[in-house]
Amino acid sequence: MYQEISANKRKTILIMGLFILLIATSGYVFGRATGETTTWFVLASLLAIGTSFFSYYYSDQVVLALTNAHPADRNTYFDFYTAVENLCIATGLPKPKIYVIDDEAPNAFATGRDPEHAVVVATTGLIKKLQKLEIEGVVAHELSHIKNYDIRLMTIIVILVGFVSILANWFFRFRLFGSSDREERGRASGVFILIGVLFAIFMPIVATLMQLAVSRQREYLADASGVLTTRYPEGLATALEKIAQDPTRMKVVNPATSHLFISSPLKETDKNLIFKGLFDTHPPVEDRIKRLRSM
Amino acid sequence: MPTLFIFLGIPALILVYLWFLYNTLVVAKSRVQEAWSGIDVQLKRRADLIPNLVETVKGYATHEKELFENVTKARAALMSAHSPKEKGEADNVLTGALKSLFAVAENYPELKASENFSKLQLELADTESKVAYSRQFYNANVQDYNVKIAVFPNVLVANMLGYTKEEYFGANEQDKQPVSVKF
Repeated sequence: MYQEISANKRKTILIMGLFILLIATSGYVFGRATGETTTWFVLASLLAIGTSFFSYYYSDQVVLALTNAHPADRNTYFDFYTAVENLCIATGLPKPKIYVIDDEAPNAFATGRDPEHAVVVATTGLIKKLQKLEIEGVVAHELSHIKNYDIRLMTIIVILVGFVSILANWFFRFRLFGSSDREERGRASGVFILIGVLFAIFMPIVATLMQLAVSRQREYLADASGVLTTRYPEGLATALEKIAQDPTRMKVVNPATSHLFISSPLKETDKNLIFKGLFDTHPPVEDRIKRLRSM
Repeated sequence: MPTLFIFLGIPALILVYLWFLYNTLVVAKSRVQEAWSGIDVQLKRRADLIPNLVETVKGYATHEKELFENVTKARAALMSAHSPKEKGEADNVLTGALKSLFAVAENYPELKASENFSKLQLELADTESKVAYSRQFYNANVQDYNVKIAVFPNVLVANMLGYTKEEYFGANEQDKQPVSVKF
C-alpha cells in the first residue's frame, strides 16, 4: 500500500514538470510575440510563486469558508465521526479534522495539503440519508484521496491551470491594447505573433483537459483503494447510487469547489451535451458503480 | 584489469544491496511496531471501559456474580498478555465474556433503559470496531514485512541480520462480528 503512494508522488512531480514546461513555453512564445521577454518571465514567475504558496498553505481554510462548513460534534454525528476515526486506524492515517455542512443534498469531500492537515467534510443530508456501511464507503473514498496525496495534486493542478489562463489573457490584452509604440512592435517577430495567438487560444483548453483527465483518474483510484480499506464495494456503490439519485440540489454550488466533492454537485442538466464527458471533473456515476460491483 | 574489476565490483555490489536491504527492513519493521501500538491503544481503551460497565451492571443485576468475575478475569488476562498471539486470544475470551454479559442485561429492563449503560454499550461496540480496523492495518503491515524477509535473495540475509517473521494478530469467527447492540 505504501508503494502506491510513492508512485503517486512521482506522478505529481511528472505532472508539475509537464505544466512548468507548458508555462515556460507559453511564457517564451508570448514573450517573443510581444517583444518583452524579460517582463513576461519576471511577472509570470512572481505570480506563480505567490499564488502557489498562498494556496498551498491556505487552500483548506478557503474551501471550508466557501462551503460554510463547521466542525462536527462527536455525539451528534456519531456514525460519521466514528467512521472517520475507524477508517483512519485501518489506513494508518492521523485523524483529520471533521466538518459538517448544513445541507440536505448528500455529498462529501476532503481537502488539505497533506495527511497532517487534512479535513473531511460531509453534508448533514449525507449523514441522514445513508446507512452506516454506506457512510463508511464514502469516508474510505475521501481518506484515499488524502492518503494518495490527491488533494495536493489537484490543488497544484488547479493553480497551474489558472495560471496558464492568466498568461493567455495577458497576452491578448498586451497584444491588442498594449504597446502602440511602432518601434517596440518591430522587435516582435511575425511568426511568433501567430504562434502566440494559437498558444493563447489553445493552451488554457489543453491545460483544463489535462486537469480534468487527471481528476477523473484519481476518482477511480480513490474508489478502488477506498474499497481496499472497507472490503465492501457494495457500501460505496449504493452510497453513490443514493447520492446520484437524490433530487435535492446543494444550496451553495461553486464551480471552483465542485471537483472536490465525491459526486459532482453540478447536475446533468447543467452540462453541455456536445462535450459530455470531456469536461467532467468526475467519471460517470454509472461507470463507477459498475466497476465497484465487478470488484 | 578485468580481474581487478571483478574483485572490487562484486563486493561493492553486494555491499550496496545489503545497505538497501537493511534500510528497507528497518522501515518495514518499524511500521509493524507502530501498527502494533495502534492495536495496543485500542485494547487498552477497551479494558478501561470495562470496570465502568461492570459497576453499572452491578447496580441493577446483583445476582450475576459469576458473570462479573468472568469479565474481570478476562480483562486481567488481556492486560497481562504480551505477544500478539496471546493478546489476540485474550481479546477473544473477553469478547465472549462481554457477549454473555450483554445477553444477561436483556433480562433487566431498567438496566437497558439506563442512559449510562447504553452509552457504554455504544462506546464498547465502537472500540470493538476500532480493534478490528487496527488489526487490519497491523496484519497488512506484518504481511508486507514477512514477504520482504521471505523473498529471494533477501531470505539469505534477513535471518542473519536478526529479522524474523512477525506474528499476525489473530481473529476467530465470533470476533469478526461486533458486539451486537440490541435495544
